[in-house]
Amino acid sequence: MSRRQLYTGIAALAACGVIFVLPFLFIFITAAKTKQDAATLRFSWPVEWQLWQNFMEVVQTRNYMLLLAYFNSTVITVVAVTLLVLFGAMVGYVLQRRPSRWNAVIYGCVLAGLMIPPAIVPTIWVLQLLGLFKTLSGMVLIQVAYGLGFTVLLFRSFIAAIPRDLDEAAIIDGAKPFQIFFRVILPLLKPVTVTVIVVQSIAIFNDFTNPLYYLPGRENVTVQLTLYNFQGQFQTQFNLLFMNILLVTIPPLIVFIFFNRQIVAGMTAGAVKG
Amino acid sequence: MIKRKSPYPYWFVLPAAVIFTVLFLAPTVASFWFSLTRWDLFTTQFIGLENYEQFFREPFLVQGLVNTVIYAVLTSGTKTVLGLLLAVLLTSGLWGQGLLRTVIFFPVLVSTIGVGITFSVLMHPTRGLINVALAAIGIHGPGWLTDPALALYSIVFVDLWKGIGLATVIYIAGLASISPDYYEAARIDGATRAQMFFRVTVPLVKPATVTVVTLSLIGGLRSFDLIWAMTRGGPGFSSDVLASVIYKQYQAGFYGLSTAGNVILFLLIGLIVLPLTAWFNRKEVDL
Repeated sequence: MSRRQLYTGIAALAACGVIFVLPFLFIFITAAKTKQDAATLRFSWPVEWQLWQNFMEVVQTRNYMLLLAYFNSTVITVVAVTLLVLFGAMVGYVLQRRPSRWNAVIYGCVLAGLMIPPAIVPTIWVLQLLGLFKTLSGMVLIQVAYGLGFTVLLFRSFIAAIPRDLDEAAIIDGAKPFQIFFRVILPLLKPVTVTVIVVQSIAIFNDFTNPLYYLPGRENVTVQLTLYNFQGQFQTQFNLLFMNILLVTIPPLIVFIFFNRQIVAGMTAGAVKG
Repeated sequence: MIKRKSPYPYWFVLPAAVIFTVLFLAPTVASFWFSLTRWDLFTTQFIGLENYEQFFREPFLVQGLVNTVIYAVLTSGTKTVLGLLLAVLLTSGLWGQGLLRTVIFFPVLVSTIGVGITFSVLMHPTRGLINVALAAIGIHGPGWLTDPALALYSIVFVDLWKGIGLATVIYIAGLASISPDYYEAARIDGATRAQMFFRVTVPLVKPATVTVVTLSLIGGLRSFDLIWAMTRGGPGFSSDVLASVIYKQYQAGFYGLSTAGNVILFLLIGLIVLPLTAWFNRKEVDL
């Protein structure tokens, strides 16, 4: 490493520190302040640390709404991602293995799913017809519908790398179609499955727009919606508002620490939802 | 002839197809009809193109359309250029480049609403950290989000802050796939650094460019949550975009008009992205 690379690196790190790390530090110190201290919006060390107190207060606000929100967001994320992996892998598998004129149709749908903005009010109308509007199941199915394009794309390209000989061997052994898929193919898809799980969980957990439209109401609140609601309520209590932001930032942070490589691979491999 | 059953049955596609058709395709197709009606979710009254006429008659709705294009072009253009430059910098063997990549990428994963709220506090006209810092070096900072001429651009800045990491990472992956032989050959031919960048790097990193441009353009055209968290489209209608107009009309109960906004956004994305993709594919580099 040359001297020049060392100095440029240090300069770049310093610039990055100011531009990218400072806002996160601001979130953290404001979340630890007292109400008066936080109201000044100053970038200063807390006069009095009350991280724990603020944490308890945010959790207890509106009758433990944040806990309910974490529960709802977790349920939506886990169920939707499970269905996405299962259904997405099945489509990607047939799409890659069985060429037919349907392939063009399926590809068209995948691209449409990636590009077209969802028609919101008509979707609400359909959800109401099905009795799924304002329900967690409705929200789960919406996330599956919107995430399928990306998931199918990723699975399809990965399945292309699995030799057909494996399928043939299973067929000769007398395996039925679903046995070939679940016993032979699906276990081999583990790396791409992890990618899909990580990328989609972050996308669904962080989603704000869709719950805003399809999941209004207090009992169905999600984590991002609580933040949005608290923005109005905590207008004068910045310490609590920022504690809330801090809490919402922690789950993606944990996922990031453990799955950094998968996230980057997933995001670069296909396209990412807008 | 006995037709043997394929080991790849079509019913595998069925669950996904049903969900996608019912909750995505059907509403999209239906939106063309509903945009031609006055609609309260229960009864529809056909009114022809009146929603569209109203849309293009109202100056603030048209402004939303113009803002959408400005926002998308600015964010995707900057992400493309800056993303490539950052990626080149972060693959040049800098000290601490792994850490740098991590730091730049992390905001991509953070809640957009959280980022929006944080920056609207940092951009407070008198007490916000940005203007306090500017004042310290003798500059009187503007009202980033309260000045109608500036609000949209301030949000564009935050969008870049949050999204540049993704463009950079895509470009880093693209750069990694370029064989060092090309640079070696260019060096032997006596190419300068600038020539290497424009004659070797830029053409060969094109697949990544296509991804970054398409992705950020579609994302920019559909952008909603950041704008909503930071200004609600204000002050006035100065930072309204199509997506926020759609939400406001929906909230006000103008479902037909809201759906017309959806159709306009749909057509806009088609009009911009499809020709662009076709153009990109035609100009594919051959090696």
